[in-house]
Amino acid sequence: MAKRVAVVGTGQTFHKSHRPDVNGQELINEAVQRALEDADLTLKDIDAIVIGNMDHFEGINYVDCWSVDGSGGTMKPIIKLTTGGTTGSTLAIGGYHITASGLFDKVLVIGWEKNSESDTTGAITTAFDPVWDRLVFAGAIAALAAEGMAYMTEFGITDRDAARVSVRDRKHACNNPHAQLRKEITIEDVLASPMLSDPVHLLDVCPRTDGACAVIMASEDVAEKICPNPAWIWGTANRHTYTYVGDFKLGEIDSMKYAAAELWKKCGIREPRKEIDVIELYQPYSFAGIIWIEAMGIIPRGKGSEYIWSGATDMGGELPINPSGGVIACNPIGATGLIRCAEACGQIRGKADQRQVPDVKLAVSTGFGGCYWTDILLYGKKKPS
Amino acid sequence: MAEIERLVIHSGEGGQPFNYAVGLHGSKFLTELRDNKRLMGIRCPACGKVYIPPRRVCGACFVENTEWVEVGPKGVIGTYTIVRYAFIDPETGHQKPVPYGYGFIRFDGADTYFQHFVEITDESRLKIGVRVEPVFAEERKGTIRDILYFKILD
Amino acid sequence: MDRCAIIGFGMTAIEARKPGSTFADMVWEAVNKALDDAGITIKDVENVITTSNDFFDGRTISCMAVGDASGVREKNCSCTEGDGTFGAFYGLSRILSGAYGTTLVTAHSKGSESVSSLITNAAFDPIYERALGLDAITAAALQANAWMKATGATSEQLAMVSVKNHGNARHNPYAQLPMEITVKDVLESEMIADPLHKLDCSPVSDGACAILIAREGLVKKGRKKPVWIGGVNFCSDAYFLGDRDLAKAPALTKAAQKAYSMAGVANPAKEIQAAEVYDAFTHQELMWIEALGLAEAGQAGADLAKGRFALGGALPVNPSGGLLSGHPVIAAGLYRMAEAVRQLRGEAGAAQVDGAKRVVVQGMNGLCGQSHCVWVLESGK
Repeated sequence: MAKRVAVVGTGQTFHKSHRPDVNGQELINEAVQRALEDADLTLKDIDAIVIGNMDHFEGINYVDCWSVDGSGGTMKPIIKLTTGGTTGSTLAIGGYHITASGLFDKVLVIGWEKNSESDTTGAITTAFDPVWDRLVFAGAIAALAAEGMAYMTEFGITDRDAARVSVRDRKHACNNPHAQLRKEITIEDVLASPMLSDPVHLLDVCPRTDGACAVIMASEDVAEKICPNPAWIWGTANRHTYTYVGDFKLGEIDSMKYAAAELWKKCGIREPRKEIDVIELYQPYSFAGIIWIEAMGIIPRGKGSEYIWSGATDMGGELPINPSGGVIACNPIGATGLIRCAEACGQIRGKADQRQVPDVKLAVSTGFGGCYWTDILLYGKKKPS
Repeated sequence: MAEIERLVIHSGEGGQPFNYAVGLHGSKFLTELRDNKRLMGIRCPACGKVYIPPRRVCGACFVENTEWVEVGPKGVIGTYTIVRYAFIDPETGHQKPVPYGYGFIRFDGADTYFQHFVEITDESRLKIGVRVEPVFAEERKGTIRDILYFKILD
Repeated sequence: MDRCAIIGFGMTAIEARKPGSTFADMVWEAVNKALDDAGITIKDVENVITTSNDFFDGRTISCMAVGDASGVREKNCSCTEGDGTFGAFYGLSRILSGAYGTTLVTAHSKGSESVSSLITNAAFDPIYERALGLDAITAAALQANAWMKATGATSEQLAMVSVKNHGNARHNPYAQLPMEITVKDVLESEMIADPLHKLDCSPVSDGACAILIAREGLVKKGRKKPVWIGGVNFCSDAYFLGDRDLAKAPALTKAAQKAYSMAGVANPAKEIQAAEVYDAFTHQELMWIEALGLAEAGQAGADLAKGRFALGGALPVNPSGGLLSGHPVIAAGLYRMAEAVRQLRGEAGAAQVDGAKRVVVQGMNGLCGQSHCVWVLESGK
């Protein structure tokens, strides 16, 4: 019988640009130990493990097998899921289904990356078609810049509007001890930072990060025994719409549009802007903070920039986005989507310390990656009906 | 215990070489490009969309594309960026020369975007909506490099 | 567990090289065959799991290449990396979670496009092991020696696995290497890594496979006889070869015991009529047979010599010809599941096992079979 599922513990490393002090297994283990501690469980209690990263960042094949000394997977079921940038959110969705299946009561979900061990853009470029795309494709930044350029041209916003999103997230990151970049910046700083790929400046994009995140999910049979106030997973949806980069709809992310619409419908959310209390958005560059909340149905198309300037998405606003500082402050890619999950659940559980949004009843986390793909999850304080 | 030096091991210069199959549809595109400087798209029999690069399956309709259509060679810039940051080109193992214009080009008669280099001798001329045409290589080998770059017409 | 069944499958022929086909071409063929087999359309598919490996495919996010061909455009989907049996497990759990009624599971790989030894070398630890030049074959050879020493199995017994499986493949239209060979042929074939001869090793192959899983209420959508999922589980051993007893496969035994227990199987050697196991190397088939509880410890070789695992024997193993007759890594375990479906439907032709009601399938990840996934498939509910 299908089971309802809750997040009962989370753990993260203190993410940094380089962690030469640990190897991959040790990095993973840091996050796992913290998650077990948070849930007050031991490895013995874990029934199955879901792990993921992006292979070519570390150059290790069969990471599920290689990682067992860090993950605790020896003589346990372990499975690897990977979908590019969406890997972390894919892991959260995978952990949900595998726990909900009723086959395992307590599932440990792990996302990790040591981006410092390779050339990130080179590795991302190999994600794209060797015949058609690799000649000009230049990793995520240029593909996102192409989206930003199209949107900017259509709606007349500027890089100053986008910079406001970076300023917000970098400010929020100061409240998060796990974030990599914990220093406030100004709009002028963003605009004066080097132009990487027009219209995207250095301070508009995410950094490269070494880090790991672990999340423990439990079925309704045991969840409340482990944790008195778990974060219940209300639903998941995703769209990995495109196979070819050139098929995408310029300046709008239809994967987000359709995945979010499906999730709201499944979970009975009529007015997401009013009903949702906080969003952890996988936002790899500042323009996404405007474009993607429109696609999510938070604000009508073309109105995102105005909404950001109003302060509504800042801490203390109507709908805070990225209290953690988000991806612009920290991006260990295979972990990033799972960090969004851990942070959203921390908000529900009231464990977000300095970055806590008051009285969170519903939280959302997203993942982005691949060919303009989106994953999305909704969490609630209440057990779903 | 005394502080222990932390080592880092390099993976070496060896790569993992691949021979990627291009498939029927890509092969037709690349041979037409090489031999006749013609650009071939393919039309979905269900929705009528003309795909470039041509491929077997229309993802939206889940049917096999069958009808070849010549597109271009002129087209319009759908969106673009100018790539200015340094990164290792996985095809060569060396730094990719930057800056370069990276365009999403919609050929006349096509419905999806073709990615390629766009000239940036005068950056101010590169805009969404400008018309472009391909500059072909003298010696063509049946790869995407048989187009050198796209020239701005407007 | 809620009852679920496999309602369709599709396989491409397994070949040494498919230079004319992209990953998407192969997957498109397998998916359409599976839909035709089940008599349903892509609209009936509620979600999709693709299975691939970024190293073998030579591109990170390898699932991206087969999205359109797998029909993911307007559906929820995900990607498992590893053997197809693991992909199928995730596909099943997305039905058991109550989220979806049907899952399409695909798996593909093209060994022909890369240098396999470089790809499998990347599965070794970069700090301690990789520089030794180890690959999947040398690791398997270490395991073969350890296991032969522990059990007294002989090179002749290993060779008999090759003779049997290549012989079985003569009845399988999808197999890459149907061959009529002798023990002498195997023993005289080139020594690749002691004690493994060339004919003790599976070949490099290209292929794609797809299966359709449905929950009980939707099984009737399929036009063929459903094949029911009795049990499934998976388990990983330690990573470093030096941390393991290479002569044993405790992770496989643990996964099998759990899968059997789910399926209500008390005595696998008696209650299972056929097995499709991951015979990447000849000794592994015998090792896996024992670890799966289908033979007494140390007896698989002797049982094989007596014909117990041959077609017509008491418990045919790899009636399809197994991986020795075609090994598209990643897809290989999903092919084993599809072959089990053929058996349980009674569609296996000359390789049909009479009275096959329950078949065990095994897939694996990692070196020397570190991580195993075991399925018990049944013809009746």
